[in-house]
Amino acid sequence: MNTPDETLTWTEPRPEPLRALGLLSGGLDSTLAARLLMDQGIEVECVNFHTGFCIQSHTGALRNPKPGAAPPRHDALHAAGNLGIRLHLVDIAEDYVRIVTDPKHGYGKNLNPCLDCKIFMVQKAFEMMQSMGFHFLFTGEVLGQRPMSQRRDTFPVIDRESGSAGWLLRPLTALRMPLTEPEKRGWVDRSRLMGFSGRNRKPQMALAKQLGIADYPSPAGGCCFLTDENYARKLRDLWTYRGERAYAMEDILLLKAGRHLRPAPHYKLVIGRDDSENHFLSGFVAGRILIKARDIPGPLTLVEGTPGAEDLILACRLAARFGKARELPEVAMVVESQGVQEIHQVTPLPAHEIDEAWYV
Amino acid sequence: MSEEVAAPSRIDRTVDARRLLCPMPILKAEAAMRDMRDGEILEVRATDPGLNNDLPAWCRSQGHRFLGIHRQGRDLTGWVAKGLKDPFGLDARATSPI
Repeated sequence: MNTPDETLTWTEPRPEPLRALGLLSGGLDSTLAARLLMDQGIEVECVNFHTGFCIQSHTGALRNPKPGAAPPRHDALHAAGNLGIRLHLVDIAEDYVRIVTDPKHGYGKNLNPCLDCKIFMVQKAFEMMQSMGFHFLFTGEVLGQRPMSQRRDTFPVIDRESGSAGWLLRPLTALRMPLTEPEKRGWVDRSRLMGFSGRNRKPQMALAKQLGIADYPSPAGGCCFLTDENYARKLRDLWTYRGERAYAMEDILLLKAGRHLRPAPHYKLVIGRDDSENHFLSGFVAGRILIKARDIPGPLTLVEGTPGAEDLILACRLAARFGKARELPEVAMVVESQGVQEIHQVTPLPAHEIDEAWYV
Repeated sequence: MSEEVAAPSRIDRTVDARRLLCPMPILKAEAAMRDMRDGEILEVRATDPGLNNDLPAWCRSQGHRFLGIHRQGRDLTGWVAKGLKDPFGLDARATSPI
């Protein structure tokens, strides 16, 4: 690919079909970006990357659904279905570890490596674009919409470090950006692109209405667990007590469910908050200690680390505290480790004996 | 989804994505589909309730034919025919058994 000249334009026969690959989150912006290009007769396909940290409504569905709650759905799949385009779902979780653990451009407010993340995704998409015969790449980015990755000074960094400079078009904010190669060659009609900027979403909503796009997720809330303060705290805790910045997929999944309590540095409890979470946690018993009350409804508790005998008694008392047994003078708790079960008779821990500092 | 949806008479491949969160059931389904032939039938087992929405949406975006989902308690079982998007000119309705 050539280095782009910011001013030179010429007309080059438009490839037919002209094919563009987009990054689709399923939110309004990326949906609009795809639609603007489709309306120019461009053949659009999209990619959605799985990092392990993406927030979808399914994650909320780990818990028992609230009455009347809409069933969870994967936004990008849904948007692609509505647009009538092909979506490539690509798992980059393994490679993504280094982005989370050692981001070149640092973290945002929590453990969100937004700029490194965007560079990484654009780089991956650019590789796909080249290998799959697409002519250019696009995203739904809007200048000034995100504090870390969508800024006038970071867009060129993304373009340069991803290797996509000149070939990444941002249809929603294009009129505020230098010309890209597909615009210079006359492949894309720049006059039909937008010049949105800032955090105000009214222009996008008005465009959606104009294009008849009504079914899109609410922009409220983040799209990544790493921007979530509570989640970031749990991940930091994991790194601190393991002594290294590393994680496995199981680790980051478990951080999404249950109450996490660390009564001592060498062990941690994950306590289910309802039936759905208990069921979810039951898939992570291997390599951990399982605690639950015998014959009485209550949470499923997993213990990670190297607890001693006294620690396990405290863990049983804590687990009992969060179940129906909390008012009983004594409860039989089942402790299962490596297929071996033991029964411990314990007194549920009174609320005032739970140290607030134990909550991760 | 209807709980009366019947399993297809033939299943060529099964992926077990129970207890996995979105989008892993779909990613596993996509991986399984790669070396399947057009018309072969994939069974996807999952506990993520999102499968109800995601499996038909994935089929729409990939050109597969969604054959239905059966639910029993937490367990969901969905069926997809590879590359046969409405091959008979019928509406591929979520609850239609084959």
